[in-house]
Amino acid sequence: MEKKLLRYIWNHTRRQQIWVLLVVLGSMIPYFLSLDLPKHIINGPVQGSGFEEATSKQPFMEFSIDLPWIGRLYSFEGFDLARVQTLVALSCVFLLLVIINNGFKYYINTYKGRLGERLLRRIRFELFDRVLRFPPRRMKSVHGAEVASMIKDEVEPFGGFTGDAFVQPAMLGGQAAVAMIFIMVQNFWLGMIAAAMVAVQVIIIPRMRRRLIELGRQRQITARHLAGKVSEIVDGIGTVHAYDTSNYERADIAHRLGIIFKIRYDLYQWKFLVKFLNNFLAQVTPFLFYLVGGYLALRGTLDVGQLVAVINAYKDLPGPLKELIDWDQARQDVQVKYEQVRDYFEVEDLAHPEIQAIAPGVQSYEGSQLSTVNLMVEDESGAKVLSGASIKFNPGETVALVDHRGRGAEALAETFGRQVWPAGGKVQLGDRSILDLPEAISGRYVSYAPSDSYFFHGSVKDNLLYGLKHAPVETAKYTGPEARERRWEIREARMASNPDFDVRANWVDDRMISTPNHGQSDIKASLLAALDTVKLTEDILEFALHSSFDEEQNPKLAQDVVTMRHALHEEVRRLGRTSLIIPFKPDAYNAEATVGENLLFGKTLQPMHSMGSLFESDDFYKALQRVGLHRAFLDTGLAIANQFVEIFAGLAPDHPFFHQVPFLTAEAVVEYQQILKKLGTRRAYSLEEEEQRSIIRLTLAYIEPRYRLGVLHRELQDKIVENRQLFYGELPAELQASVKRYDPDRYMSFATLRENILFGKIPHRSAEAPAEIRALAAQISRERGFYQQLLRVGLDFDIGAGGRRLTLLQRQKLNLARAIIRRSDYYVFNKALPGLERRLQEEIVTDVLTYLRQQDNNPTILWVLSNISLSRLFERVVMFDNGEIVEDGLYKTLREESDIFGTLVA
Amino acid sequence: MLLCDEVQLLRKLPYFAEMDGCKLKLLAFASERVSYEPGQKLFRQGDSGDSAYVILTGVVETILETPSGPMKIGENGEMSVIGEVSLLCDGERTNTVKAVTHVDALRINKDSFSRVIHDCPDMTLRLTRTLAERLRNATSELDTVKAYKPSATTTVN
Repeated sequence: MEKKLLRYIWNHTRRQQIWVLLVVLGSMIPYFLSLDLPKHIINGPVQGSGFEEATSKQPFMEFSIDLPWIGRLYSFEGFDLARVQTLVALSCVFLLLVIINNGFKYYINTYKGRLGERLLRRIRFELFDRVLRFPPRRMKSVHGAEVASMIKDEVEPFGGFTGDAFVQPAMLGGQAAVAMIFIMVQNFWLGMIAAAMVAVQVIIIPRMRRRLIELGRQRQITARHLAGKVSEIVDGIGTVHAYDTSNYERADIAHRLGIIFKIRYDLYQWKFLVKFLNNFLAQVTPFLFYLVGGYLALRGTLDVGQLVAVINAYKDLPGPLKELIDWDQARQDVQVKYEQVRDYFEVEDLAHPEIQAIAPGVQSYEGSQLSTVNLMVEDESGAKVLSGASIKFNPGETVALVDHRGRGAEALAETFGRQVWPAGGKVQLGDRSILDLPEAISGRYVSYAPSDSYFFHGSVKDNLLYGLKHAPVETAKYTGPEARERRWEIREARMASNPDFDVRANWVDDRMISTPNHGQSDIKASLLAALDTVKLTEDILEFALHSSFDEEQNPKLAQDVVTMRHALHEEVRRLGRTSLIIPFKPDAYNAEATVGENLLFGKTLQPMHSMGSLFESDDFYKALQRVGLHRAFLDTGLAIANQFVEIFAGLAPDHPFFHQVPFLTAEAVVEYQQILKKLGTRRAYSLEEEEQRSIIRLTLAYIEPRYRLGVLHRELQDKIVENRQLFYGELPAELQASVKRYDPDRYMSFATLRENILFGKIPHRSAEAPAEIRALAAQISRERGFYQQLLRVGLDFDIGAGGRRLTLLQRQKLNLARAIIRRSDYYVFNKALPGLERRLQEEIVTDVLTYLRQQDNNPTILWVLSNISLSRLFERVVMFDNGEIVEDGLYKTLREESDIFGTLVA
Repeated sequence: MLLCDEVQLLRKLPYFAEMDGCKLKLLAFASERVSYEPGQKLFRQGDSGDSAYVILTGVVETILETPSGPMKIGENGEMSVIGEVSLLCDGERTNTVKAVTHVDALRINKDSFSRVIHDCPDMTLRLTRTLAERLRNATSELDTVKAYKPSATTTVN
């Protein structure tokens, strides 16, 4: 990048800058004409010069083209117009000039704006591009939020400055020079006074502003650090709470804000001081004119007319001058910012753009052997973690890399994954260094899975297929306005030197996918196989079952869910296990559901016990009263409250028994206690409305078989069932909308897929029922092909920023799946399953090896093991001790011959 | 069966006989009512033990999984307590318990149980006594087996 921002702007926008300057000059002509015209209107038609007679006429728009030496080429006599006609005509010309002037202004402003925005886009992209090309060592010291704040905020002013970068000084400089010369011409000495004052302004003010710029620089850096710190705290919020350091962080941020305040306040003081001085100097000049000029005039050496002319001319000087100084200030300001940003992004060892050049399709490369030559890796402190490693890996080998002491094996794997660059020696793929090869080769021939994985915000599927998105495979099809829009996008991208790859194209290349089914390229099959291999399928199904979707968006799926529901119920009936699900029936009370659910006979958006809008609303209780259930619910609620108070009174709020009743808290028990005490022997209706509601809510959340209090009588159950329909009808429309009624043949949008399929309740008492149902449902869904659809829904699960919605274990599995789904010649797993249970770890490692072995390209698998005993699953074992290779051989041989290895695996 | 009935049943057990009514109700409430069909397992040998069972109706059998196959070592009927040792110490189940008939049981989980014991010192004493008795029985059984062992060896020879 260029050292000076002006140079950068000039290099990239030279042609446009010249054009806009020309346009600005061109716009001066109508501008001066429009200044001149009012005089003609006033002098001519208004005051009547040239129209002394009532009938006198003047030519309008007469002109002639004269050329020196050649003479008159063409002349136009004009139209003869009367006084009023001339007035109208001249006024129309004035209007026309106004329109033209504003048209120019509009054009120039948008042109400058677009110029600036393009430059902004270019510089932002260039910076981002550099981040992608940073060497790993630099990357470690980079703060994500700081880079983001630089790319987003700090370069922003460059865009605004670009349009004015050359036009402004050219214009203002011209104006100021003209005014200056005019004064000089009027009177040399007064001109000298003006020139001296201008010199003071031009010399002193920028000097004072240097301090301003320094403060600006500090402000920029502290603000950037603040952004970095805030994002750090957001990322580490768990640690902050866990160690009770929130007040330490408060102190830190408050301190930083204090520094920023101080800088900003200083900035204001200086800014207004400079402004004061500037204004003072500008206005002190006329004082000198009056004094010196007046004295000269009195002495008779200066003509009064000249003095007036000088003072008038001086009016035009401070304006442009001030703006010119402002421009210079802006220039220095953006230059400082530019230098700051440039320093950050100007790094040696930046990867050459060629290395990351886009390369669609299968890349063939003849170097099939991965090897290292005298490889040395240092950690951040400069200590050697790997030294003198020379090793070769042949196609088709499975190699366990294990560390006895130190982390040499990990370091080796990291160099294969290009996560660190060697301090000495090199890693070779074929006969070229892996760092010199384009990433299209090194990033595709080697699949690397580290222990600390990162995921991008998106669905499970997006993340799984992430490693296949090297280049657009199929361009997206655009028609009509979309095609126009796309053409515009391409044109604009090129204007700003951005790449014009289409992010909406299909980037997933099925030639890049691993093919465990013996060479058959099939994304879906490979995906499912990979999920099975890392044992993630169950989790994906869980995501699906726990999710809900909008019926309108996917009517087919909704239909299939209902079909699946029927099939499940059918199967349960066929097996005679009807006690497994208590289905929702319009004419029966579902004992396993809450009273509220039974009353509404539908699914609400909020859980029954929460104080959702439904149970807050007056209409709900009015409806209850109208169907005659209010009293019964109140009585039942009081009975429940009685028992709860008896059982829970006096328990500490954190007592584990409260977990038994999800809707009960210690405060609620106290509240019920007070209500009951207040009630005494009086009738329930003497309670206040709020208290009644609170008691009724207790009834609504009650499930008899679960709490076994024996308060829900048969008659009440029947009455609820009888009045269901009536009650629903009594609710106002907006409350009705918040309830999705149970209908065996309809999909319920408010419910999860699991609830939709089950369409009933599993009895609380039956200990084995959930497992039995799950097995039954799994079997049916596989038979009916519904399983695939469920997986598809599960794969669309949004994993959250950085995959935070996944558990650690799920993230590790996904990380592995993402690597094995790529078709590569080398797979490098660097402790990819840390801290996993031994048995599961062994199963997954075995399955991954089998999965990859099934491919037709005979890949090499390198696995840095955290659990050394698993090395028996590999053919070859390489052992590192303190960063040096101490053993290298077949597992069997090492087992027998190496003492250290023997004891480690034993 | 209602909560109050369960409380009545629990009271009949020696463990809980002297427990105050409120506490017992709390315990009953905090425990879960579960039912099993014949053949279903209450727990398996090797599972981690997290709860005890009070059999309300039905019969269960205790099975020891040995390398040579499952071996039935006992049967329990109504009002017996199963798996209570796991409430006091962490550890795996030492045997499998299976329902023989339809079984209704009360599952008392570890947390609830330890809270009740904590609130009720008498209970600890009684529990200790019951465990001591079982230990004495077990020891004497083991002694008997040991005493017969030489003769058993002779028979084989």
